[in-house]
Order: sequence, then structure tokens, then C-alpha cells
Amino acid sequence: MLKIDNLHVRLEEEDKAILRGVDLHVPAGSVHAIMGPNGSGKSTLAYVLSGRDGYEVTQGEVALEGQDLLDLEPEERAAAGLFLAFQYPVEIPGVGNMTFLRTALNAQRKACGEDEASAADFLKLIRDRANSLHIDPDMLKRPVNVGFSGGEKKRNEILQMAVLEPKMCVLDETDSGLDVDAMRLVADGVNALRDDGRAFLVITHYQRLLNHIQPDVVHIMADGRIVKTGGPDLALEVETNGYADILQEVA
Amino acid sequence: MGLPARRQEDTEARVAHLVVPDGAAWATEVRKQAVSRYLAMGLPERRDEYWRFTRPDDLNAPQAPPAAVVDFKEAPAFGEVDRLKVVFRDGVFDAEASDDLSCEGLEVERLQSATAHDIHWSKDVYGVLEARGQVPVARPFAALNTAFATDGIVIRATERVSKPVNLIYLHENPDSDAILHFAIKVESGADLTVLENGPAAARFNKCMEVDVADGGAFHHVRAQGRDHERRAVTHMFARLGQESAFKSFTLTVNGVLTRNEAFIELVGDNAVSHIAGAAVGDGDFHHDDTVFVVHDAVGCESRQVFKKVLRNGAVGAFQGKILVKEGAQKTDGYQISQSLLLDEDAQFLAKPELEIYADDVACSHGSTSGAIDEDALFYLQSRGLPRPEAQDLLVLAFLAEAIEEIESEDIAEDIYGRLEGWLQRRRQ
Ligand SMILES: Nc1ncnc2c1ncn2[C@@H]1O[C@H](COP(=O)(O)OP(=O)(O)OP(=O)(O)O)[C@@H](O)[C@H]1O
Ligand SMILES: [Mg+2]
Repeated sequence: MLKIDNLHVRLEEEDKAILRGVDLHVPAGSVHAIMGPNGSGKSTLAYVLSGRDGYEVTQGEVALEGQDLLDLEPEERAAAGLFLAFQYPVEIPGVGNMTFLRTALNAQRKACGEDEASAADFLKLIRDRANSLHIDPDMLKRPVNVGFSGGEKKRNEILQMAVLEPKMCVLDETDSGLDVDAMRLVADGVNALRDDGRAFLVITHYQRLLNHIQPDVVHIMADGRIVKTGGPDLALEVETNGYADILQEVA
Repeated sequence: MGLPARRQEDTEARVAHLVVPDGAAWATEVRKQAVSRYLAMGLPERRDEYWRFTRPDDLNAPQAPPAAVVDFKEAPAFGEVDRLKVVFRDGVFDAEASDDLSCEGLEVERLQSATAHDIHWSKDVYGVLEARGQVPVARPFAALNTAFATDGIVIRATERVSKPVNLIYLHENPDSDAILHFAIKVESGADLTVLENGPAAARFNKCMEVDVADGGAFHHVRAQGRDHERRAVTHMFARLGQESAFKSFTLTVNGVLTRNEAFIELVGDNAVSHIAGAAVGDGDFHHDDTVFVVHDAVGCESRQVFKKVLRNGAVGAFQGKILVKEGAQKTDGYQISQSLLLDEDAQFLAKPELEIYADDVACSHGSTSGAIDEDALFYLQSRGLPRPEAQDLLVLAFLAEAIEEIESEDIAEDIYGRLEGWLQRRRQ
């Protein structure tokens, strides 16, 4: 599904390399987790995948189902099936959550040559998805993320994912700021979407989320590289021992 | 103390070709007083503090600078609204094109006719509110208007009027210089909505006086703009009685020069005044909102929400003052003026002011100017919105706070439709 080869990225503004040769292959139907110390480049990777300005790819390739992603605009990447649940979801005063969701869904349908969703179908879809994530209908009327609590923002990200049904879902610390019950809801939301045609890249600091969303593979990122890859046990090891041992071992 | 010679000459030259229309003795007296007021104040100059942001030259010129008449594909505003149409062509009332204006609780009369009667209710409004609004700041174009207005209507609402009165201003002559005056009285407990749209003339001087009696309500929505080259100077004077409500919204698209002044006096306790504006400008566009709100009673609320979206050299200006007089306790005043600059060539000039002589009041004001939020833009793009669409959505969101001041949902929809059309045309 997602294939990253030898990706090198530096900041456009300052001459600073952040990613230094990331290799990652996430096949369809799988869940991969990325863990790693603060500042190791996890969010940068997520942003570069989704096409945010301010980064320069100096080397390497990224392909989604064989399609080169790096030349595409962010909206084209979304239409190609990529979705990023933001570590820090953005507040958009004046744009209603509902309008936002409908505009996004229809924009993607249009990009794929499909008809827009009818008002009734859309409403039904949203109600259903919001309901299973325990999202208050009131939150749908409010402006996007404005005044939402940390946990509400994260649930709103998952709602968007559930509505847009992307093929490749990148979740950047979706678990941080969630209470225990909300984490279970979010995990259920993710698990409901798991299928053979879809893949997940879950960035997290905590093993706890991975109890609910069972990963197939766990990667450790440090200093802009994937330094270790293993099974779910790797997350447990991090949880108990921290990163020191792992970093020493690969140094 | 007279004006400097040069200024006096210009002031006289500006009106040399205008005549005070005939009317009943009271009307002639009001107009003559307005002429004296105008001559005493003189035309504005660039160095006048009140005209610091806007060059008055084109308004001062004896002849109106010509303005090409544009044939728009887009339907005019308020077409879907069930309304009473009052049509003016280059500043002249067109009875043929206007609707029959009989409607329960509504009296409408042409200005010429109203001011010909020896006794008429409009005597208490015409030129009266304008004169009150000349203190503390001079508004010479309003005095000029009272003195020389050639046409207009007077409107009296005595109960809830079921249909809005829609003043439609057609522009057909590239050299027209129109002066229209409207005197409006909303009686106690009555409710009236006035809509305005159309470019009116190459140069348009409009003055509207609105007297809202105790418990009355006045709603005003204006879609200003269309012809690119037209110039406009407009004044709104309002006096609000006890527990009355005044709500005014203006949308401005296009127009090389627009100066919209408002002078609102809250003289009865617990009156409410909301005045809002959304202006979008691209290129040769100068838009100036100059608002003065006077709190002179207890427990009144006033809100001013002005938003401008500017690009490609467009200039927006805002001068807003809330004056809270002694004894106007429990005043609740809010003022916000904001601009969204879509590129580095656009410019926003603002002068928000509070002047408060009462101690138990809650007043706030703020003014900001900024670029589009790149983080929000990226967020929307990452959800599949193409960049231009995402930008338009953010532009509409920015303007929303002003548009939300419109009470009627249908009319607000109409305004949104107009803005979407404008945005879409910019994208091509
Ligand atoms: N726009 C930027 N300007 C300056 N430094 C940046 C910028 N973006 C990222 N960095 C730096 O790049 C490094 C990687 O940041 P990134 O946000 O990718 O880390 P992370 O692994 O997601 O960390 P965390 O676990 O704390 O979320 C950090 O040192 C960060 O300070
Ligand atoms: Mg991060």
C-alpha cells in the first residue's frame, strides 16, 4: 500500500535535516506502529506524506499503491486515499463541522469522478459514524475543532476518517489526550475500518493504544530513521525499558 | 470663522449647478439650513482627520467622474425575496418599474410629494436626524444631500410590515450624479425591513434617516456594488427609542470608491443597535466604513462587526467610535473590525475608538489584520479540498460573523450566494 524508500527531508527555512533515510513498507491489510523519542521525526514523516509546505525532500521516494505521492498536492494525495489524523488538529472558526465534512467528502468524490452525496445520504452517514464514536450532534454544528477539548478533537479526526474511508490512514498520536473510554472508542473506530484493502500507520508513545489496535509490525524511529523493526512485543519492551537499550543496541 | 478662500471656492463650486427643490415652507427652510450647514463645514480635505484614510477628491469634484455601465450576467440581489420594489434609474424614481406599494401598516410617498405638504410626519425626520449627526464630526455630503436631494421616498411603518421594501438602484447613464434621500419612521411597536441594491449612478450620494420609536424594529440589508467604476458616499442616521431595535448589514463588492457613514443614537433605554458590513475588494477598490455610535440612555446594547477581504491593491478603511455619554449606565458596546489580506498589495487602515463618560459599562473593541491561516488551509487540503476551494471556504468563514448579523435566513443565503459568485469569478 505505502512504500517509503530512503526518504531524506530537511526544513526549507533552516538548513536542518530531519529525516535521514526512512525505509518503510506498509502492505494493504496491515497495521504498522511507529514509536520513538520526542523529536525523532515521526510527525515530520506524517506531514511530508500528506504534502505540507516547508519541507524539502532531498532524496528518496514515496509511493501509494504504486503512485508517486511526492509530486502531488495535498488534496490529490487525499483523493488518492491518504489520510492523516493530526497530532494537533487545526481549529477553523466560522466553518461548521458538518459543512466541512460534506465539502471534504464531496471534493473527494468529485476528484474520483463520483457523484456528490445527497443531503439525506450524507446526514445518515454522519449520524451513524458520529453515533458509534459517541460524538455529540452538537459538536457537528460547532465550527471545526473550535472550543473542542483535546479528546474531542481527536475523536473528530477519527470521525473524518470514518466518513472519508481512506485507504491509507496515518494516525499521529491520536491517543494522546484521550481518556480510557475515549481511547477504546477511537480504537473501535479504527478496528471497524480494518480490512484487506486498507492499511494503517499508527504513531504513538504508548503501548496502551496498541492493546486495542493490534499492530502487525512495530517500528522504532530515532534521529530521522527507522532504527528497529519488530513484532508487537517491541512496543512492550519500550513500555517497560524505555528507548535507552534499543538506541544503544543500534548505535 | 470662515473657510480658507480656496476651500470656500471649491465648496461653492461643488453645488453651483444644483438647485434647492421647491416644497412647502418647512421643507424649504430645512433645505436652506442644510445649505448653510454645508457651506459652513465646507468640503472635506485630505488633511481632515475624518478623511485621513480616504481621498475625497472624486466626491468633491463638481462633475461626477464617469463610470461605465456593466452588464452583469449574475441576477441582481434579493430576486427570490417576496418584496415591494421601489426602482430608481440614475437617481430618478421609476413608477412603471416599481411595485404597487400598498401594504398593511406601510405608508410610502415620494419625497417631492411629502415635502410639498404643509403638514407631514416626515417633517420630524427629514434633515432632523442628519443635523443631529453633524456633531461632533462634520458630514458635509449628508448636509449637501438634505439640501439638494432631487428624489427619494419617505416611509412610515405603523405596524409589522409583512414584506420588505426593496430600494433598487439602476445605473444606465455613465455620467449620472444621483442624490437620493430617504426619511423613515418606524412607529411604536412597528417592524420594517428595507433592502437596497444596485450601483445607482456613476456617483451616488445617498442619505437615509431612520427614526425608530419605542419598541419599534428596523432591519436593513444592503447589497452594494456591481459597477466597478461607480463612486458612492452614503449616510445612515438613526435615532433609537426605548427598547427599539436597529439592525443594518451591508455587503460591498466592487466599486472604486465607497464611503459608508453611519451615525446611530441610542436615546431610549434598552435599545439595541447592530451594524455590520462585509466588503470584498480586488484591485482598484477603496472601501471606507465610518461609524459613530452614541449611547445616551441606560442599558443599551450596540454591536459593530466589520470585515473586509482585500487583494491586489484593494484598500479597506474603518473608523469606528463608540461614545458613551454621562449617565448611559449598563451600556454594552462591542466593536470589531477585521481584514483578511489575500496578498501583500492589499491594505487595511483602522481607527477604533471608545469614549466613555459613564462608569458602569462594558465596552470592548478590537481590530485585526492578517493573512489567510496556512495551517487551516493545509488542514482543509489534506481532507481533499483543492487549495482555491479551501481558500474560499476560509474567506466565507472569515466574513461569517458579519453575515450572521442578518436576521432573515433567506436574505443571508442570498448574501452568501453573492459572495460565492464573486469568489468563483475570481477563480477563473
Ligand atoms: N517547522 C519546523 N521548524 C523547526 N524545527 C522543526 C520544524 N518541524 C520539525 N522540526 C524539528 O524536527 C524534529 C522532529 O520533529 P517532529 O515533530 O517530527 O518530532 P516527533 O517525532 O513527532 O516528536 P513528538 O514525539 O514530540 O511528537 C524536532 O527536533 C523538531 O523541533
Ligand atoms: Mg509528533
